Amino acid sequence: MKLKGRAIFEGKAEGRALVSSSPVSFYGGVNPDTGEIVERGSELAGQSVKGRVLVFPHGKGSTVGSYVLYRLAKNGVAPCAIVNAKCETIVAVGAIISEIPCVDMVDVSKIKPDAPVRVDGATVEF
Amino acid sequence: MHLTREEEAMLAGEQGHATQKAMQILVALGKIYDAERLVRVSSVQVSGVSYKNLGDAGLEFLSELARDGKARVRTTLNPAGMSLTDWEAQGIESGFAEKQLKVIDAYARLGAEITCTCTPYLAGNEPAFGQHIAWGESSAVVYANSVIGARTNREGGPSALAASLTGRTPLYGLHLPEKRVPTIGVNVEAHLRLPEDFSVMGYYVGRAAKDGIPYFRGIGRASLEDLKTLSAALASSGGVAMFHIDGMTPEAGMPHGNLEALTFGRRELSETDSMLSDEGEPDFISVGCPHCSLTELATLARLLGGRRVSREFWVCCSREVKRQGDEAGYSRVIEESGAKFALDTCMVVAPIEELGYKVVATNSAKACHYLRNAGLRVRFIPLEECVEEATKGG
Repeated sequence: MKLKGRAIFEGKAEGRALVSSSPVSFYGGVNPDTGEIVERGSELAGQSVKGRVLVFPHGKGSTVGSYVLYRLAKNGVAPCAIVNAKCETIVAVGAIISEIPCVDMVDVSKIKPDAPVRVDGATVEF
Repeated sequence: MHLTREEEAMLAGEQGHATQKAMQILVALGKIYDAERLVRVSSVQVSGVSYKNLGDAGLEFLSELARDGKARVRTTLNPAGMSLTDWEAQGIESGFAEKQLKVIDAYARLGAEITCTCTPYLAGNEPAFGQHIAWGESSAVVYANSVIGARTNREGGPSALAASLTGRTPLYGLHLPEKRVPTIGVNVEAHLRLPEDFSVMGYYVGRAAKDGIPYFRGIGRASLEDLKTLSAALASSGGVAMFHIDGMTPEAGMPHGNLEALTFGRRELSETDSMLSDEGEPDFISVGCPHCSLTELATLARLLGGRRVSREFWVCCSREVKRQGDEAGYSRVIEESGAKFALDTCMVVAPIEELGYKVVATNSAKACHYLRNAGLRVRFIPLEECVEEATKGG
């Protein structure tokens, strides 16, 4: 299936989907050194974002979360792309400064966990 | 979103890497929030200065931008995690200090003024009514929008910096007059005697208003200190970026529809007040969240004159207000009591919990909120009682 969204940071990436049905907080929710999701109660707790196409409705929490994405990228453990229903400031800024392809305005419920996903500009194919 | 030719050039990287990154951030935010275009800003207040909040990732990002980025408009800074000159006396570890000074150095190279205060409006960065600005620091955002009538959204660290490096911000939200109308009424029935009562009210209303715009009725008078602490509290328990006070703030007269209203009475005041405090004997006392005004320094000098403090007592303010306090003779009296000025920093952004303190007494609901999040216990008491507490047995 091919969905057309809106490019927040344009780029190409391919990876397996890591899907959260609830909002994601990077600050305090993801270990910036390992990429492991550590947020208590998160359905993805214990999994790593490294190299995955991270799919979630929108970000939440502190604006410092943008810098966590940057640190993940510098440590080589960032997601290879981000797909959101509605991107907000924290994720958008984080994706831009970390140069992680990011698309929003996509029906994220259509993307199945672990499905191979290709992101290219504003399109998401899986 | 419409971009001018110059803005297109910035986006294309013709004016350097940092400017391009900044423009990418602004364009993305403009897209997300449906801005028609960018608008020029007259000043920027950058949050994300304390190394405690930035961490190595933030420092690395700033250092990268500082390679070829330069502020295009007046840019002032939020407090750092320590005094930039007297950090050793504050008990700050050298490892932390080294990183904090690198952060400051990056901001200096970016052309920011090293003001390190959360009250830029008391330290020379005073916007005018109707001016577009891009400010981080949630308490200053509320004060600037509400009390001054300048226009800013609640910026995060990187988006404020992006505004500084381009001189622009996307035109949406509180930059538009129609987005500045009140969304919730507050009937004030409690008698607000002290600035701390305004702080409590802000904390109560912030939780109910979330990111709305409260419209207060029934406040007869309010000092700068009242409005400063109200602004801070509204932005810490909720996401408030602006309020109106009937008959007082500059845009309170704008037409608006019927508002659902909540009541802030004696019960709400006393319940919220007691909710802000934990048990325990304070071992650290601090005032100045937001940073003290000259009037507060005058009050402290009057209360501390001829007395000695027996516990660690921090008076947080900007270097500019401290300088005014020096001239007026207040600073000397305060320091002679053994109280310490905490310049460039405050109890919230300095690593207090790592200095070994357990229970903090303060007159700020905002400080109570964040110190609790950092794992400390807090006592919320008025300024005068803070002085009593600090001088007990001394």
